[in-house]
Amino acid sequence: MKSLDPRIARAKIELDNPDFSLENQGHFPTYEVFHQKKRGAQHQHVGIVHAPNPEMAMLYAKEQYTRRGKTANLWVVASSEIFATEYFDEDMFENTPDKKHRDPTSYKVMDKIKAFKENQQNQ
Amino acid sequence: MSEYIKELLYKMADDQLIIGHRNSEWTGLGPLLEEDIAFSSMAQDKVGQSQHLYQLLHELGASDPDTVAFTRNAKQFHCCQLVELPIGDYSFSIVRHFLFDFAEALRFEALSNSSFQPLAQVARKFKGEIKYHTLHANTWMQQLGNGNEESKAKMQSALNEAWPYALGIFEKGHFENQLIENKVFFGEEALKQQWLDLVSPLIKKAGLKVPHGTKNTKGIGGRVGIHTEYLQPLLNEMTEVYAIDPSADW
Amino acid sequence: MYGNAYIDPNDPKNKLIAGEDPAKLQAFEETILAGKKIEPQDWMPVNYRKQLVRMIEQHAHSEIIGALPEGTWITRAPGFRRKLALMAKVQDEVGHAQLLYAAAETLGKSREDMINDLISGKSKYSNVFNYPAKTWADSAVIAWLIDAGAIVNQLANSKGSYGPYCRALERICYEESFHLKYGHDNVVHLATGTKKQRAMVQDALNRWWPPIMHFFGPSDKESVHTEILMRWKVKMASNDDMRQQFLDMYVPKIWDLGLTLPDKKLRKNPETKKWMYTEPDWDEFKRVINGDGPCNAERLAVRRMAEQRGRWVRKAIVNPKDSYVKPFA
Repeated sequence: MKSLDPRIARAKIELDNPDFSLENQGHFPTYEVFHQKKRGAQHQHVGIVHAPNPEMAMLYAKEQYTRRGKTANLWVVASSEIFATEYFDEDMFENTPDKKHRDPTSYKVMDKIKAFKENQQNQ
Repeated sequence: MSEYIKELLYKMADDQLIIGHRNSEWTGLGPLLEEDIAFSSMAQDKVGQSQHLYQLLHELGASDPDTVAFTRNAKQFHCCQLVELPIGDYSFSIVRHFLFDFAEALRFEALSNSSFQPLAQVARKFKGEIKYHTLHANTWMQQLGNGNEESKAKMQSALNEAWPYALGIFEKGHFENQLIENKVFFGEEALKQQWLDLVSPLIKKAGLKVPHGTKNTKGIGGRVGIHTEYLQPLLNEMTEVYAIDPSADW
Repeated sequence: MYGNAYIDPNDPKNKLIAGEDPAKLQAFEETILAGKKIEPQDWMPVNYRKQLVRMIEQHAHSEIIGALPEGTWITRAPGFRRKLALMAKVQDEVGHAQLLYAAAETLGKSREDMINDLISGKSKYSNVFNYPAKTWADSAVIAWLIDAGAIVNQLANSKGSYGPYCRALERICYEESFHLKYGHDNVVHLATGTKKQRAMVQDALNRWWPPIMHFFGPSDKESVHTEILMRWKVKMASNDDMRQQFLDMYVPKIWDLGLTLPDKKLRKNPETKKWMYTEPDWDEFKRVINGDGPCNAERLAVRRMAEQRGRWVRKAIVNPKDSYVKPFA
């Protein structure tokens, strides 16, 4: 086959290769990739790679997910090992307004302190 | 400025450029998507490293990196013959990557203590990149050497083919003694010994046989401008656009 | 880089919501209406899944095939700056394919199946990559204008409803902005360079203009199908709107360089603020989609070669016991 691409021209491939047939290629496991930008920062999920083992997954995660910007550390975790909630249970996370005791804004003592101080001064 | 330093820089820069160029031929055509990306990154690292080394040469009075890289002919190149061979099958590209990159890693490690400070600095700067390259190379060597019968046979045959050329990496230049005397570089013979000690056990661990012979009979001459039939066509291709008008700003 | 997915709105197979559970469908549509994203584990209409797989898969194929026209020049880029940048750009296209296949995989189709569908010709990719990159300047025009078109398209799609696709597009758009800058820089150098360089880039522009006008696809027909895909935020902008947006952003930049475009009718109507142009040849567009373009056969032959040459590598490292695992997110 004539190609404008010298790499293809060198490979001397045929346009219609009679020997070619589709094959079941098998599958590699899937690894989720977590990226830490700098020490002290949290690791963040950035995507996946397919690889036969964790070592190769790491090799690939490095170039697919860190070739730009800064990186301090990288994790790969087999997707099959992740235990997660279901989205239809999202309502489980809803915090009703009467859970104010968990919020810092629901603790307002300045009024009391002010009144106490005024009271002291007046005595 | 000292001719012996220039000789060292030329051969290193030419090695990095040509192997980077060769490895870039896989970009978009690699065996697995993720591997395609990784291999391309390393090719870019190599070309980038060569540019740094040409820049050092420029500071020693040579033309600018583009002119040096894109206007010389094969006889003016000092790369070893190993790097100019065609990419071949992926087994050959991986084996070459393994053999070359471990030699390169040791070379730069030695050079990080060079008496020629600018080179020592550059060598230290490349350390991280090269660490990944050797990790990648060795991981693949182990995976494919210990893979199945087909991959083992392919890797052994690629190794037998590349081995004599790999020994050509350590071909001495004209100024070998000055380099050693002036503590710029500890010399090719010492480097070769370190390399043999490092790669031989890794090859065995990959279930492959270390090819016989540690004296090169072929693959020699690259350092003094004698090249295989493959280098000039590679250069013609690489400079095809540049040569339309070398004075133009591309 | 990206090509527009071609979805035939008149395909009778696409009765989009037939047979869906009305309550689930309503909840699904309310989620989208509220501006929330759909995640892989959510319930979704069969046709939402199907259209998304088809669209994201075509997009992924367009990236991997899109690496070929520019790859034509990867060993010939003039000078270190261009050599390194082109290598990085073509690498990014492969990287984008990886990200997009992963997004499509979350919907239940393995990458291996998608790649087999590509190389068997069953699955499509953007038409624009069936044209040859004849000179170095073609690679510059592709990097600038095809990637510019891709950004218009992808920015729209990144506001769609499917979480994994949006996440992939966010990263892709960021990288495309490097491609666009690189492409523009390259075209500007040629256009402001020597006579030869200028002639090269003008020629390339003339060659690429018709495929660029085809890039966003024919006008969308108003149909129930389009309406539902828009409601589901699968299709985010009309083909004509995207084409107008592209023309508005890039024609002035091209004219700024004193370059011309091979369409005498091309101008902006000051009253309607719309661009007028010669209607692209949609018969040619269809011919090329159906396989009869200048490079269709080569593109597929090359992908087949890459697959075939890589098979022994895969076989050596694949564990036959491993099965397809959907990416988590």
